[in-house]
Amino acid sequence: MAENGSVATHKPLGLLAELTHRCPLGCPYCSNPLALEKREDELDTATWARVFGEAAALGVLQCHLSGGEPAARRDLPEIVASAREAGLYTNLITSGVGVTTRTIRDLWEAGLDHVQISIQDSDAVSSDRIAGYRGAFARKCALAAEVKRLGLPLTVNLVIHRANIERIGAMVDLALSLQATRVEIAHVQYYGWALKNRAALMPTREQVARATTEVEALRQRHHGKIVIDAVVPDYHARYPKPCVGGWGRRSLNVTPSGKVLPCHAAESIPGLEFWNVRDHSLADIWIGSPAFNAFRGTDFLPEPCASCERREADFGGCRCQAFALTGDARATDPVCHLSPRHDLVTELAAVQTDEPYQYRR
Amino acid sequence: MTEANAIAPDAKPRLPRGVRLTHSEAQGGWVLLAPERIFKADAIAHEILKRCTGEVTFQAIVDDLAATFNAPRERISADVTALLHGLADKKLLEL
Repeated sequence: MAENGSVATHKPLGLLAELTHRCPLGCPYCSNPLALEKREDELDTATWARVFGEAAALGVLQCHLSGGEPAARRDLPEIVASAREAGLYTNLITSGVGVTTRTIRDLWEAGLDHVQISIQDSDAVSSDRIAGYRGAFARKCALAAEVKRLGLPLTVNLVIHRANIERIGAMVDLALSLQATRVEIAHVQYYGWALKNRAALMPTREQVARATTEVEALRQRHHGKIVIDAVVPDYHARYPKPCVGGWGRRSLNVTPSGKVLPCHAAESIPGLEFWNVRDHSLADIWIGSPAFNAFRGTDFLPEPCASCERREADFGGCRCQAFALTGDARATDPVCHLSPRHDLVTELAAVQTDEPYQYRR
Repeated sequence: MTEANAIAPDAKPRLPRGVRLTHSEAQGGWVLLAPERIFKADAIAHEILKRCTGEVTFQAIVDDLAATFNAPRERISADVTALLHGLADKKLLEL
C-alpha cells in the first residue's frame, strides 16, 4: 500500500469545508482572512449536501469540516450526515468551545469519523490566555473525554509559537492523557490575522532547533502509542513546503459563502477570479475556474525553481507566501534558501517582541 | 520476522472506528481512509483488510487466504503480519 500521492493525481482527495467564520476564540495566529464572511452569507444545509455529492463524484475521499468554529452551525449534525451519505470520510476540526455533549453525540450518530481538537498549551492559564477565552482549556479537555467515551478517534492539534515552544513534551503528554492517537505539532504559519502578530509569535532560531530535536525524540519514545505529525516552521526551513500538495492538484477549499479556493489563504493574492458553488458545479470549478488554473503545474516558475530538481516535489513553495513577502505570487517562495529574496525571511525570523497580542475579535 | 513481531494466532484484528475500507469509483479502487491519511489498498491489501472484522482470528485469516489463493501458508503469514503491524504502529488497526 502506498501513502497518499499514489492515488491518481489531479483528482482532488480532500475538501476543506469552512462552514462558518464565526468563532468564540480570539487566537492571535488565526489564519482566516482579515475580512470574515458574514453569517447571512453562509451556504445552507442543502447546498452543502450538493457540494459533498459533487466532491465525491470528483474523487474527493475526505472532508474536513472547519471554520471558524463549525459547531456555531446548528445544522452541523445534518451536514455531517450528508457528507457521510455522499461517501466522504468526515473529520471535525474544532476549538472544542461550544460543542455540547448533546452535539457530539448527535455527530457520532450522524456518522462522524474523526475529531480534531486544538489545544493552545499544556498549562491551562497560558492556554486560555493564548486563545483569548477564559475557561476554554477545561472545555476542550471535557470534549476530548466525551469523544473518547463515544469511541471516536481523536487528534490533538498543537499550534506552536514563542509562548509555548518550550512545553512541547508536556503538550504531547497531555494529548496522551486525553487518549489521542494522533497529535499535530504545527508551527504557526504567517497568513491572514497571524501576520499582525508575527513578531509576538516568532520563536528564536535556537528554540526552533531545540524543538525539532525534541519532536524527533518524542516520536521515538511514543512510537506505537501516538502518531506525531509535525509541520516544519516555515521561516526556519531550508526548503519551502509544497503548498497544499500542489496548486489545484490535491485539494479544494469552500468558504462559508461558497467561494471555491485552491487553498484557504488564496484570497490574499490579488487578481484571482474565484468561482462560487452557487453558480457552478464543483467539477466545472476544478477544471475551469481561473483561480485553479493560475498556478497549476510548474511552467510558471522562474529560476532558480525552473531548473531545480525539487520542482515537482515542492512546486516552488507557497504562492500566498511568495506574494505576501515579495509582492509577486509567481516568485520562488522566499522560505527556500535558494531564493534570491531569502534575506527577507531571515530578517523577519530574527524579529521577536514581548508586546501583547492583537487578539482576533 | 522476529519472534517479538509475531501476531498471536488467536488475535482478532479489526479496523477501529475512524478507519474505513471503502471503494472509490472516481479514484478507481479500494482505499483505506483514516485520520488525515489515505492509503490506496492494492488487491492483496484489500483481501487482507476486508477480513479484519474483529470476529475472525489471525490464524483463520491466514488459513483462509492460503486456501483462497492456493499460496504457501508461511508466505501469507509473513505478508499479513507485515501489513497488520505497519497499520497497528500507525494506530490504524487493533490487534
